[in-house]
Amino acid sequence: MSGSPDLVPQDEPQAPFKTPSGIERQQEEMLKSKYPNLKPKGGSSLLQKRMQQKTKYFDSGDYNMARAKMKSKQEPPPEVKQLNQVTGDHMPTPDEIPRVRKQSQSNLVISSAINS
Amino acid sequence: MAGMSTSASNDDLHWYFSQVKGTMDEDVSEPDIISTVEFNHDGELLATGDKGGRVVIFQREPLTKSSEARSSEYNVYSTFQSHEPEFDYLKSLEIEEKINKIRWLTRRNQAHFLLSTNDKTVKLWKVSEREKQAVGFNLRDEEGRQRGVIQPNSLIVPRYEPMELMIEASPKKVFANAHMYHINSISVNSDDATYLSADDLRINLWNLEITDRSFNIVDIKPENMENLTEVITAAEYHPQECHTFVYSSSKGTIRLCDMRQAALCDEHAKIFEEPEDPNSRSFFSEIISSISDVKFSHNGRYMITRDYLTVKVWDMNMESRPVETFQVHEHLRSKLCSLYENDCIFDKFECCWNGSDSAIMTGSYNNFFRVFDCNSKKDVTLEASRENSRPRALLKPKKVSQGGKRKKDEVSVDSLDFNKKILHTAWHPQDRIVAVAATNNLYIFEGNTTVHPR
Repeated sequence: MSGSPDLVPQDEPQAPFKTPSGIERQQEEMLKSKYPNLKPKGGSSLLQKRMQQKTKYFDSGDYNMARAKMKSKQEPPPEVKQLNQVTGDHMPTPDEIPRVRKQSQSNLVISSAINS
Repeated sequence: MAGMSTSASNDDLHWYFSQVKGTMDEDVSEPDIISTVEFNHDGELLATGDKGGRVVIFQREPLTKSSEARSSEYNVYSTFQSHEPEFDYLKSLEIEEKINKIRWLTRRNQAHFLLSTNDKTVKLWKVSEREKQAVGFNLRDEEGRQRGVIQPNSLIVPRYEPMELMIEASPKKVFANAHMYHINSISVNSDDATYLSADDLRINLWNLEITDRSFNIVDIKPENMENLTEVITAAEYHPQECHTFVYSSSKGTIRLCDMRQAALCDEHAKIFEEPEDPNSRSFFSEIISSISDVKFSHNGRYMITRDYLTVKVWDMNMESRPVETFQVHEHLRSKLCSLYENDCIFDKFECCWNGSDSAIMTGSYNNFFRVFDCNSKKDVTLEASRENSRPRALLKPKKVSQGGKRKKDEVSVDSLDFNKKILHTAWHPQDRIVAVAATNNLYIFEGNTTVHPR
Protein backbone atom coordinates (compact mmCIF):
# COMPACT_ATOMS: atom_id res chain seq x y z
CA MET A 1 0.00 0.00 0.00
CA SER A 2 1.75 3.16 -1.10
CA GLY A 3 0.92 6.80 -0.69
CA SER A 4 -0.56 8.80 -3.54
CA PRO A 5 2.38 10.39 -5.33
CA ASP A 6 0.32 12.84 -7.36
CA LEU A 7 -0.84 14.66 -4.25
CA VAL A 8 2.60 15.13 -2.77
CA PRO A 9 4.77 18.01 -4.03
CA GLN A 10 7.86 17.16 -6.04
CA ASP A 11 10.53 18.38 -3.65
CA GLU A 12 10.27 16.61 -0.28
CA PRO A 13 7.85 14.10 1.18
CA GLN A 14 5.53 15.97 3.50
CA ALA A 15 3.58 13.10 5.02
CA PRO A 16 5.46 11.59 7.97
CA PHE A 17 4.14 8.10 7.28
CA LYS A 18 5.36 7.69 3.74
CA THR A 19 6.12 4.04 2.94
CA PRO A 20 9.49 3.11 1.44
CA SER A 21 7.91 2.16 -1.86
CA GLY A 22 5.99 5.41 -1.91
CA ILE A 23 9.20 7.36 -1.43
CA GLU A 24 10.88 5.39 -4.19
CA ARG A 25 8.03 5.98 -6.62
CA GLN A 26 8.22 9.66 -5.90
CA GLN A 27 11.95 9.64 -6.61
CA GLU A 28 11.21 7.72 -9.79
CA GLU A 29 8.77 10.42 -10.88
CA MET A 30 11.39 13.07 -10.28
CA LEU A 31 13.87 11.15 -12.40
CA LYS A 32 11.39 10.61 -15.21
CA SER A 33 10.48 14.26 -15.27
CA LYS A 34 14.12 15.11 -15.78
CA TYR A 35 14.90 12.37 -18.25
CA PRO A 36 11.76 11.44 -20.16
CA ASN A 37 13.64 9.06 -22.47
CA LEU A 38 14.93 6.89 -19.65
CA LYS A 39 14.28 3.20 -20.15
CA PRO A 40 11.74 1.86 -17.65
CA LYS A 41 13.91 -0.50 -15.69
CA GLY A 42 17.38 -0.46 -17.13
CA GLY A 43 17.77 -4.18 -17.36
CA SER A 44 20.43 -5.52 -19.62
CA SER A 45 21.43 -2.12 -20.99
CA LEU A 46 22.19 -0.97 -17.45
CA LEU A 47 24.30 -4.05 -16.81
CA GLN A 48 26.15 -3.61 -20.05
CA LYS A 49 26.90 -0.03 -19.04
CA ARG A 50 28.23 -1.32 -15.74
CA MET A 51 30.36 -3.93 -17.38
CA GLN A 52 31.53 -1.67 -20.14
CA GLN A 53 35.15 -0.92 -19.72
CA LYS A 54 36.69 2.42 -20.49
CA THR A 55 37.65 1.98 -24.08
CA LYS A 56 40.63 3.94 -25.25
CA TYR A 57 41.06 3.63 -28.93
CA PHE A 58 44.48 2.87 -30.24
CA ASP A 59 45.76 3.33 -33.77
CA SER A 60 48.89 1.32 -34.38
CA GLY A 61 49.73 3.35 -37.46
CA ASP A 62 49.71 6.65 -35.63
CA TYR A 63 51.52 5.05 -32.72
CA ASN A 64 54.36 3.78 -34.88
CA MET A 65 54.63 7.07 -36.70
CA ALA A 66 54.87 8.92 -33.43
CA ARG A 67 57.59 6.59 -32.26
CA ALA A 68 59.50 6.93 -35.51
CA LYS A 69 59.20 10.69 -35.34
CA MET A 70 60.56 10.63 -31.84
CA LYS A 71 63.58 8.57 -32.78
CA SER A 72 64.52 10.53 -35.91
CA LYS A 73 64.19 14.04 -34.53
CA GLN A 74 65.55 13.22 -31.09
CA GLU A 75 62.83 15.45 -29.79
CA PRO A 76 61.72 15.36 -26.20
CA PRO A 77 58.56 13.26 -25.90
CA PRO A 78 55.29 15.08 -26.49
CA GLU A 79 53.85 16.71 -23.42
CA VAL A 80 51.95 14.46 -21.11
CA LYS A 81 48.23 14.47 -21.80
CA GLN A 82 45.59 15.13 -19.20
CA LEU A 83 44.34 11.89 -17.71
CA ASN A 84 40.83 12.55 -18.95
CA GLN A 85 41.56 12.91 -22.64
CA VAL A 86 40.88 9.77 -24.59
CA THR A 87 42.12 10.80 -27.99
CA GLY A 88 44.05 13.96 -28.51
CA ASP A 89 46.48 15.48 -30.89
CA HIS A 90 49.19 12.96 -30.25
CA MET A 91 49.47 9.24 -29.72
CA PRO A 92 50.78 7.90 -26.45
CA THR A 93 54.17 6.28 -26.53
CA PRO A 94 55.17 3.38 -24.26
CA ASP A 95 56.86 5.54 -21.66
CA GLU A 96 53.70 7.54 -21.29
CA ILE A 97 51.40 4.64 -20.71
CA PRO A 98 51.89 4.54 -16.94
CA ARG A 99 50.58 8.06 -17.09
CA VAL A 100 49.65 8.30 -13.51
CA ARG A 101 52.58 10.17 -12.09
CA LYS A 102 52.34 8.80 -8.62
CA GLN A 103 54.88 9.05 -5.87
CA SER A 104 56.80 5.86 -5.48
CA GLN A 105 55.72 5.70 -1.87
CA SER A 106 52.14 5.70 -0.71
CA ASN A 107 51.20 8.55 1.62
CA LEU A 108 50.16 5.94 4.16
CA VAL A 109 53.84 5.04 4.48
CA ILE A 110 55.16 8.60 4.50
CA SER A 111 52.72 9.83 7.12
CA SER A 112 53.42 6.79 9.28
CA ALA A 113 57.13 7.59 9.22
CA ILE A 114 56.47 11.18 10.25
CA ASN A 115 54.27 10.25 13.17
CA SER A 116 56.36 7.43 14.61
CA MET B 1 18.86 -14.82 17.46
CA ALA B 2 19.25 -18.22 19.10
CA GLY B 3 22.62 -19.79 18.59
CA MET B 4 24.46 -16.53 18.02
CA SER B 5 27.56 -15.83 20.05
CA THR B 6 26.89 -15.49 23.74
CA SER B 7 29.79 -13.17 24.45
CA ALA B 8 29.31 -9.95 26.38
CA SER B 9 27.07 -7.36 24.83
CA ASN B 10 28.63 -4.84 22.50
CA ASP B 11 26.29 -2.15 23.71
CA ASP B 12 28.59 -0.92 26.46
CA LEU B 13 31.30 -0.60 23.89
CA HIS B 14 32.73 2.81 23.27
CA TRP B 15 35.01 3.52 20.38
CA TYR B 16 38.22 5.52 20.65
CA PHE B 17 40.51 6.97 18.08
CA SER B 18 43.80 5.12 17.83
CA GLN B 19 45.61 6.27 14.70
CA VAL B 20 45.16 7.74 11.26
CA LYS B 21 47.47 7.15 8.31
CA GLY B 22 47.70 9.28 5.19
CA THR B 23 47.97 12.96 4.36
CA MET B 24 45.68 15.68 5.54
CA ASP B 25 45.83 17.42 2.15
CA GLU B 26 42.49 18.56 0.85
CA ASP B 27 43.66 17.53 -2.60
CA VAL B 28 43.31 13.79 -2.81
CA SER B 29 45.71 12.21 -5.27
CA GLU B 30 43.92 9.40 -7.16
CA PRO B 31 46.55 6.69 -6.63
CA ASP B 32 46.32 7.19 -2.86
CA ILE B 33 42.66 6.20 -2.69
CA ILE B 34 42.47 3.05 -0.59
CA SER B 35 40.60 0.29 -2.41
CA THR B 36 40.84 -2.62 0.01
CA VAL B 37 41.64 -3.31 3.69
CA GLU B 38 42.28 -6.73 5.21
CA PHE B 39 43.61 -8.07 8.51
CA ASN B 40 45.53 -11.33 8.42
CA HIS B 41 44.33 -14.35 10.40
CA ASP B 42 45.76 -13.35 13.77
CA GLY B 43 45.37 -9.63 13.28
CA GLU B 44 49.08 -8.93 13.61
CA LEU B 45 49.21 -7.59 10.09
CA LEU B 46 46.88 -5.19 8.32
CA ALA B 47 47.14 -4.84 4.55
CA THR B 48 45.79 -2.03 2.39
CA GLY B 49 45.68 -1.78 -1.39
CA ASP B 50 45.22 1.45 -3.30
CA LYS B 51 44.22 2.72 -6.72
CA GLY B 52 47.87 3.17 -7.62
CA GLY B 53 48.42 -0.59 -7.39
CA ARG B 54 50.45 -0.38 -4.18
CA VAL B 55 50.11 -2.59 -1.12
CA VAL B 56 51.03 -1.27 2.32
CA ILE B 57 51.22 -3.73 5.21
CA PHE B 58 51.10 -2.52 8.79
CA GLN B 59 52.20 -4.53 11.79
CA ARG B 60 50.81 -4.27 15.27
CA GLU B 61 53.09 -3.09 18.05
CA PRO B 62 54.55 -6.20 19.66
CA LEU B 63 53.52 -7.18 23.15
CA THR B 64 55.63 -5.44 25.78
CA LYS B 65 56.54 -7.04 29.08
CA SER B 66 54.26 -4.79 31.11
CA SER B 67 50.91 -6.06 32.23
CA GLU B 68 49.10 -3.24 30.43
CA ALA B 69 46.63 -4.03 27.70
CA ARG B 70 48.23 -4.55 24.33
CA SER B 71 48.59 -1.47 22.17
CA SER B 72 46.44 -1.11 19.07
CA GLU B 73 49.17 0.82 17.31
CA TYR B 74 50.02 -0.32 13.81
CA ASN B 75 53.19 0.72 11.99
CA VAL B 76 54.43 0.18 8.47
CA TYR B 77 55.90 -3.26 8.00
CA SER B 78 56.27 -3.53 4.26
CA THR B 79 55.16 -1.79 1.10
CA PHE B 80 55.43 -2.79 -2.53
CA GLN B 81 54.05 -2.12 -5.97
CA SER B 82 51.76 -5.05 -6.63
CA HIS B 83 50.24 -4.18 -9.98
CA GLU B 84 51.11 -1.78 -12.78
CA PRO B 85 48.72 -0.28 -15.31
CA GLU B 86 48.50 -2.25 -18.51
CA PHE B 87 47.14 -1.61 -21.95
CA ASP B 88 45.34 -4.35 -23.85
CA TYR B 89 46.23 -3.38 -27.41
CA LEU B 90 43.91 -5.90 -29.00
CA LYS B 91 40.79 -4.54 -27.33
CA SER B 92 41.97 -0.98 -26.84
CA LEU B 93 41.38 -1.25 -23.14
CA GLU B 94 43.24 0.13 -20.25
CA ILE B 95 43.67 -2.28 -17.36
CA GLU B 96 43.73 -0.35 -14.12
CA GLU B 97 46.32 -1.16 -11.52
CA LYS B 98 43.83 -0.59 -8.73
CA ILE B 99 43.92 -3.37 -6.14
CA ASN B 100 40.39 -4.72 -5.86
CA LYS B 101 40.98 -7.28 -3.14
CA ILE B 102 43.69 -8.64 -0.86
CA ARG B 103 43.31 -12.00 0.86
CA TRP B 104 45.83 -13.55 3.23
CA LEU B 105 46.83 -17.19 3.10
CA THR B 106 46.98 -19.20 6.31
CA ARG B 107 50.44 -19.02 7.84
CA ARG B 108 52.49 -22.09 7.07
CA ASN B 109 56.02 -20.92 7.81
CA GLN B 110 57.92 -17.82 8.91
CA ALA B 111 56.92 -15.91 5.81
CA HIS B 112 53.53 -14.32 5.12
CA PHE B 113 51.66 -14.90 1.88
CA LEU B 114 48.86 -12.86 0.38
CA LEU B 115 46.89 -12.75 -2.82
CA SER B 116 46.28 -9.36 -4.38
CA THR B 117 44.22 -8.74 -7.48
CA ASN B 118 43.38 -5.98 -9.91
CA ASP B 119 40.70 -6.28 -12.63
CA LYS B 120 42.49 -9.00 -14.57
CA THR B 121 45.42 -10.56 -12.73
CA VAL B 122 45.83 -12.22 -9.35
CA LYS B 123 49.29 -12.31 -7.78
CA LEU B 124 50.68 -14.32 -4.89
CA TRP B 125 53.13 -12.29 -2.82
CA LYS B 126 55.56 -13.56 -0.25
CA VAL B 127 56.53 -11.20 2.55
CA SER B 128 59.48 -12.39 4.60
CA GLU B 129 61.95 -11.10 7.14
CA ARG B 130 65.66 -11.24 6.69
CA GLU B 131 67.90 -10.77 9.67
CA LYS B 132 71.10 -12.33 8.50
CA GLN B 133 73.31 -12.08 5.49
CA ALA B 134 76.09 -14.20 4.12
CA VAL B 135 79.56 -12.68 4.34
CA GLY B 136 83.08 -13.85 3.73
CA PHE B 137 83.00 -14.94 0.12
CA ASN B 138 86.25 -15.94 -1.58
CA LEU B 139 85.66 -14.59 -5.06
CA ARG B 140 84.25 -11.19 -4.17
CA ASP B 141 84.46 -8.75 -1.31
CA GLU B 142 81.55 -7.34 0.70
CA GLU B 143 80.84 -4.67 -1.90
CA GLY B 144 80.68 -7.22 -4.67
CA ARG B 145 83.96 -6.36 -6.29
CA GLN B 146 86.05 -9.21 -7.51
CA ARG B 147 88.93 -10.08 -5.29
CA GLY B 148 92.39 -10.31 -6.73
CA VAL B 149 94.40 -13.50 -6.91
CA ILE B 150 93.28 -15.99 -4.34
CA GLN B 151 95.85 -18.06 -2.59
CA PRO B 152 94.73 -21.68 -2.28
CA ASN B 153 95.84 -21.86 1.31
CA SER B 154 93.99 -18.71 2.33
CA LEU B 155 90.45 -19.83 1.48
CA ILE B 156 87.80 -18.73 3.93
CA VAL B 157 84.45 -20.29 4.68
CA PRO B 158 81.51 -17.94 4.18
CA ARG B 159 79.33 -17.47 7.22
CA TYR B 160 76.04 -15.85 8.25
CA GLU B 161 76.14 -12.68 10.25
CA PRO B 162 73.25 -10.78 11.79
CA MET B 163 72.04 -7.68 9.95
CA GLU B 164 69.41 -5.05 10.40
CA LEU B 165 65.92 -6.46 9.93
CA MET B 166 64.78 -6.20 6.34
CA ILE B 167 61.31 -7.02 5.09
CA GLU B 168 61.25 -8.36 1.57
CA ALA B 169 58.23 -8.75 -0.64
CA SER B 170 58.46 -10.83 -3.79
CA PRO B 171 55.86 -11.98 -6.28
CA LYS B 172 55.79 -15.76 -6.25
CA LYS B 173 52.98 -16.53 -8.69
CA VAL B 174 51.09 -14.57 -11.29
CA PHE B 175 47.67 -15.92 -12.24
CA ALA B 176 46.84 -14.15 -15.47
CA ASN B 177 44.67 -14.32 -18.57
CA ALA B 178 41.76 -16.17 -17.02
CA HIS B 179 39.18 -13.41 -16.82
CA MET B 180 37.43 -11.63 -19.64
CA TYR B 181 35.56 -9.38 -17.26
CA HIS B 182 36.57 -7.45 -14.16
CA ILE B 183 37.58 -9.51 -11.15
CA ASN B 184 35.50 -8.46 -8.14
CA SER B 185 36.43 -11.15 -5.59
CA ILE B 186 39.05 -13.66 -4.58
CA SER B 187 38.60 -16.15 -1.78
CA VAL B 188 41.09 -18.64 -0.36
CA ASN B 189 39.67 -22.08 0.32
CA SER B 190 39.92 -23.60 3.80
CA ASP B 191 41.95 -26.40 2.19
CA ASP B 192 44.82 -23.89 1.84
CA ALA B 193 45.54 -25.32 -1.58
CA THR B 194 43.01 -23.65 -3.83
CA TYR B 195 41.25 -20.33 -4.24
CA LEU B 196 38.51 -18.86 -6.40
CA SER B 197 38.43 -15.66 -8.43
CA ALA B 198 35.15 -14.17 -9.61
CA ASP B 199 34.38 -11.66 -12.33
CA ASP B 200 31.03 -10.30 -13.55
CA LEU B 201 30.04 -13.51 -15.28
CA ARG B 202 32.41 -16.30 -14.30
CA ILE B 203 34.07 -17.88 -11.30
CA ASN B 204 37.36 -19.74 -11.67
CA LEU B 205 39.03 -22.22 -9.37
CA TRP B 206 42.81 -22.12 -9.04
CA ASN B 207 45.45 -24.23 -7.42
CA LEU B 208 47.83 -21.92 -5.57
CA GLU B 209 50.79 -23.70 -7.14
CA ILE B 210 49.59 -23.68 -10.74
CA THR B 211 49.42 -20.51 -12.76
CA ASP B 212 48.98 -21.70 -16.32
CA ARG B 213 45.51 -23.07 -15.92
CA SER B 214 42.36 -22.57 -13.92
CA PHE B 215 39.09 -24.41 -13.79
CA ASN B 216 35.85 -22.60 -14.57
CA ILE B 217 33.21 -23.50 -11.99
CA VAL B 218 30.47 -20.94 -12.60
CA ASP B 219 29.51 -19.39 -15.93
CA ILE B 220 26.40 -17.24 -16.16
CA LYS B 221 27.19 -15.68 -19.51
CA PRO B 222 24.12 -15.89 -21.77
CA GLU B 223 24.41 -17.04 -25.40
CA ASN B 224 23.29 -13.63 -26.47
CA MET B 225 24.64 -10.75 -24.44
CA GLU B 226 21.44 -8.84 -25.18
CA ASN B 227 19.74 -11.23 -22.76
CA LEU B 228 22.06 -10.37 -19.92
CA THR B 229 20.00 -9.72 -16.80
CA GLU B 230 22.27 -10.51 -13.89
CA VAL B 231 25.96 -10.27 -13.00
CA ILE B 232 28.05 -11.78 -10.22
CA THR B 233 28.96 -9.16 -7.65
CA ALA B 234 30.88 -11.08 -4.94
CA ALA B 235 31.93 -14.62 -4.07
CA GLU B 236 33.35 -16.32 -1.01
CA TYR B 237 34.32 -19.78 0.15
CA HIS B 238 32.76 -21.23 3.29
CA PRO B 239 35.24 -20.83 6.18
CA GLN B 240 35.23 -24.52 7.04
CA GLU B 241 33.58 -26.53 4.26
CA CYS B 242 36.09 -26.67 1.43
CA HIS B 243 33.45 -27.70 -1.12
CA THR B 244 31.01 -24.86 -0.44
CA PHE B 245 31.02 -21.32 -1.75
CA VAL B 246 28.47 -18.57 -2.28
CA TYR B 247 28.13 -15.87 -4.89
CA SER B 248 25.88 -12.83 -4.87
CA SER B 249 24.25 -11.11 -7.81
CA SER B 250 23.12 -7.72 -9.01
CA LYS B 251 19.53 -8.90 -8.55
CA GLY B 252 19.89 -9.36 -4.81
CA THR B 253 20.17 -13.14 -4.73
CA ILE B 254 22.84 -15.33 -3.20
CA ARG B 255 23.53 -18.77 -4.59
CA LEU B 256 25.28 -21.45 -2.61
CA CYS B 257 27.16 -24.03 -4.64
CA ASP B 258 28.54 -27.41 -3.69
CA MET B 259 31.58 -28.40 -5.72
CA ARG B 260 30.92 -32.07 -5.04
CA GLN B 261 27.67 -31.90 -6.93
CA ALA B 262 29.09 -31.21 -10.37
CA ALA B 263 32.19 -29.93 -12.06
CA LEU B 264 30.34 -26.87 -13.33
CA CYS B 265 28.35 -25.27 -10.54
CA ASP B 266 25.85 -23.41 -12.69
CA GLU B 267 23.12 -25.22 -10.78
CA HIS B 268 22.97 -23.85 -7.28
CA ALA B 269 22.44 -26.06 -4.25
CA LYS B 270 20.63 -23.26 -2.45
CA ILE B 271 19.35 -19.85 -3.42
CA PHE B 272 18.84 -17.14 -0.85
CA GLU B 273 16.32 -14.58 -1.94
CA GLU B 274 13.98 -12.30 -0.07
CA PRO B 275 10.51 -12.34 -1.59
CA GLU B 276 9.58 -9.01 -3.12
CA ASP B 277 6.18 -7.38 -3.15
CA PRO B 278 5.52 -6.77 -6.86
CA ASN B 279 3.42 -3.74 -5.98
CA SER B 280 6.32 -2.00 -4.35
CA ARG B 281 8.63 -2.16 -7.36
CA SER B 282 10.12 1.04 -8.65
CA PHE B 283 12.77 2.01 -11.14
CA PHE B 284 15.30 1.85 -8.33
CA SER B 285 14.26 -1.49 -6.82
CA GLU B 286 16.68 -3.64 -8.72
CA ILE B 287 19.57 -1.22 -8.49
CA ILE B 288 19.37 -0.85 -4.73
CA SER B 289 18.89 -4.58 -4.23
CA SER B 290 22.18 -5.34 -5.98
CA ILE B 291 24.45 -6.98 -3.44
CA SER B 292 27.86 -5.34 -3.17
CA ASP B 293 29.43 -7.70 -0.63
CA VAL B 294 28.85 -11.08 0.98
CA LYS B 295 30.70 -12.40 4.04
CA PHE B 296 30.36 -15.65 5.94
CA SER B 297 30.41 -15.44 9.71
CA HIS B 298 33.53 -16.95 11.29
CA ASN B 299 31.54 -19.96 12.44
CA GLY B 300 30.10 -20.47 8.96
CA ARG B 301 26.48 -20.63 10.13
CA TYR B 302 25.47 -17.19 8.91
CA MET B 303 26.34 -14.76 6.18
CA ILE B 304 25.79 -11.04 5.76
CA THR B 305 25.03 -9.29 2.49
CA ARG B 306 25.27 -5.58 1.79
CA ASP B 307 23.00 -3.86 -0.66
CA TYR B 308 22.68 -0.13 -1.16
CA LEU B 309 20.56 0.68 1.87
CA THR B 310 20.78 -2.35 4.17
CA VAL B 311 22.87 -5.15 5.63
CA LYS B 312 21.02 -8.47 5.83
CA VAL B 313 21.90 -11.41 8.04
CA TRP B 314 21.09 -14.82 6.57
CA ASP B 315 20.93 -18.15 8.37
CA MET B 316 22.57 -20.68 6.06
CA ASN B 317 19.73 -23.06 6.83
CA MET B 318 17.01 -20.68 5.73
CA GLU B 319 16.79 -19.54 2.14
CA SER B 320 13.40 -17.91 2.22
CA ARG B 321 14.36 -14.63 3.83
CA PRO B 322 17.08 -13.02 5.96
CA VAL B 323 16.86 -13.44 9.74
CA GLU B 324 17.66 -9.78 10.20
CA THR B 325 17.74 -6.62 8.12
CA PHE B 326 19.67 -3.64 9.41
CA GLN B 327 18.98 -0.22 7.88
CA VAL B 328 22.28 1.47 7.14
CA HIS B 329 21.06 4.83 5.87
CA GLU B 330 17.33 4.73 5.21
CA HIS B 331 17.42 8.53 4.95
CA LEU B 332 18.90 8.10 1.48
CA ARG B 333 15.72 6.59 0.06
CA SER B 334 14.31 10.06 -0.43
CA LYS B 335 17.46 11.03 -2.33
CA LEU B 336 17.55 8.15 -4.80
CA CYS B 337 16.90 10.40 -7.76
CA SER B 338 19.97 12.56 -7.16
CA LEU B 339 22.04 9.56 -6.09
CA TYR B 340 21.23 7.99 -9.44
CA GLU B 341 22.22 11.16 -11.25
CA ASN B 342 25.57 11.42 -9.53
CA ASP B 343 26.17 7.66 -9.83
CA CYS B 344 26.47 7.21 -6.07
CA ILE B 345 23.68 4.67 -6.22
CA PHE B 346 26.24 2.31 -7.78
CA ASP B 347 28.74 2.66 -4.91
CA LYS B 348 29.85 -0.72 -3.63
CA PHE B 349 29.96 -0.82 0.14
CA GLU B 350 31.56 -3.71 1.97
CA CYS B 351 30.58 -5.20 5.33
CA CYS B 352 32.31 -7.29 7.95
CA TRP B 353 31.77 -9.33 11.11
CA ASN B 354 33.62 -8.97 14.38
CA GLY B 355 35.65 -11.94 15.64
CA SER B 356 32.86 -13.45 17.73
CA ASP B 357 30.17 -12.95 15.06
CA SER B 358 28.19 -10.76 17.44
CA ALA B 359 28.54 -7.46 15.60
CA ILE B 360 28.58 -6.15 12.03
CA MET B 361 30.20 -3.05 10.58
CA THR B 362 29.67 -1.24 7.31
CA GLY B 363 30.34 2.20 5.87
CA SER B 364 28.18 5.06 4.67
CA TYR B 365 28.65 8.62 3.38
CA ASN B 366 30.04 11.70 5.10
CA ASN B 367 32.78 9.43 6.47
CA PHE B 368 30.19 7.79 8.69
CA PHE B 369 30.31 4.11 9.48
CA ARG B 370 27.78 1.96 11.25
CA VAL B 371 28.13 -0.81 13.83
CA PHE B 372 25.22 -3.18 14.53
CA ASP B 373 24.90 -5.57 17.43
CA CYS B 374 23.40 -8.90 16.34
CA ASN B 375 21.94 -9.75 19.73
CA SER B 376 20.49 -6.49 20.96
CA LYS B 377 19.84 -5.18 17.43
CA LYS B 378 21.16 -1.82 18.57
CA ASP B 379 23.18 0.29 16.17
CA VAL B 380 25.54 3.22 16.34
CA THR B 381 26.80 5.71 13.76
CA LEU B 382 30.37 6.93 14.10
CA GLU B 383 32.51 9.27 12.07
CA ALA B 384 36.09 8.91 10.84
CA SER B 385 37.29 12.46 10.91
CA ARG B 386 40.49 14.39 11.47
CA GLU B 387 38.61 16.68 13.82
CA ASN B 388 38.26 13.86 16.26
CA SER B 389 41.77 12.50 16.03
CA ARG B 390 43.44 13.33 19.32
CA PRO B 391 44.98 10.21 20.84
CA ARG B 392 42.35 8.10 22.62
CA ALA B 393 39.60 10.54 21.74
CA LEU B 394 36.15 9.13 22.33
CA LEU B 395 33.95 8.87 19.26
CA LYS B 396 30.58 10.42 19.84
CA PRO B 397 27.66 8.73 18.11
CA LYS B 398 26.23 10.67 15.18
CA LYS B 399 22.69 11.01 13.99
CA VAL B 400 21.25 11.99 10.65
CA SER B 401 17.97 13.84 10.64
CA GLN B 402 15.55 13.18 7.83
CA GLY B 403 12.75 15.59 8.15
CA GLY B 404 12.43 19.29 8.61
CA LYS B 405 13.09 19.50 12.34
CA ARG B 406 16.76 18.98 12.94
CA LYS B 407 17.79 18.54 16.52
CA LYS B 408 21.00 20.00 17.82
CA ASP B 409 24.04 17.75 17.11
CA GLU B 410 22.19 16.06 14.26
CA VAL B 411 23.47 16.18 10.72
CA SER B 412 20.96 17.08 8.05
CA VAL B 413 20.65 14.62 5.19
CA ASP B 414 21.15 17.51 2.76
CA SER B 415 24.53 18.35 4.21
CA LEU B 416 25.96 14.83 3.83
CA ASP B 417 29.11 14.77 1.76
CA PHE B 418 28.69 12.02 -0.82
CA ASN B 419 32.33 12.24 -1.85
CA LYS B 420 33.37 11.10 1.60
CA LYS B 421 32.40 7.46 1.32
CA ILE B 422 33.56 4.65 3.52
CA LEU B 423 33.44 1.60 1.28
CA HIS B 424 36.09 -0.55 2.95
CA THR B 425 36.28 -1.55 6.59
CA ALA B 426 37.92 -4.44 8.43
CA TRP B 427 37.54 -5.85 11.92
CA HIS B 428 40.40 -7.48 13.82
CA PRO B 429 39.77 -11.25 13.98
CA GLN B 430 39.94 -11.35 17.78
CA ASP B 431 40.22 -7.92 19.37
CA ARG B 432 38.11 -4.81 19.36
CA ILE B 433 40.09 -3.02 16.73
CA VAL B 434 38.66 -1.77 13.46
CA ALA B 435 40.33 -0.34 10.39
CA VAL B 436 38.28 2.13 8.36
CA ALA B 437 39.37 3.45 4.96
CA ALA B 438 38.15 6.99 4.35
CA THR B 439 39.22 7.76 0.78
CA ASN B 440 42.98 8.21 1.17
CA ASN B 441 43.17 7.94 4.94
CA LEU B 442 43.24 4.82 7.06
CA TYR B 443 41.72 5.16 10.52
CA ILE B 444 42.23 2.69 13.32
CA PHE B 445 39.76 2.69 16.18
CA GLU B 446 39.76 0.69 19.38
CA GLY B 447 36.74 -0.37 21.36
CA ASN B 448 36.62 -0.46 25.12
CA THR B 449 33.91 -1.10 27.66
CA THR B 450 35.30 1.20 30.30
CA VAL B 451 34.70 4.85 29.64
CA HIS B 452 37.91 6.81 29.86
CA PRO B 453 37.73 9.70 32.31
CA ARG B 454 38.07 13.00 30.48
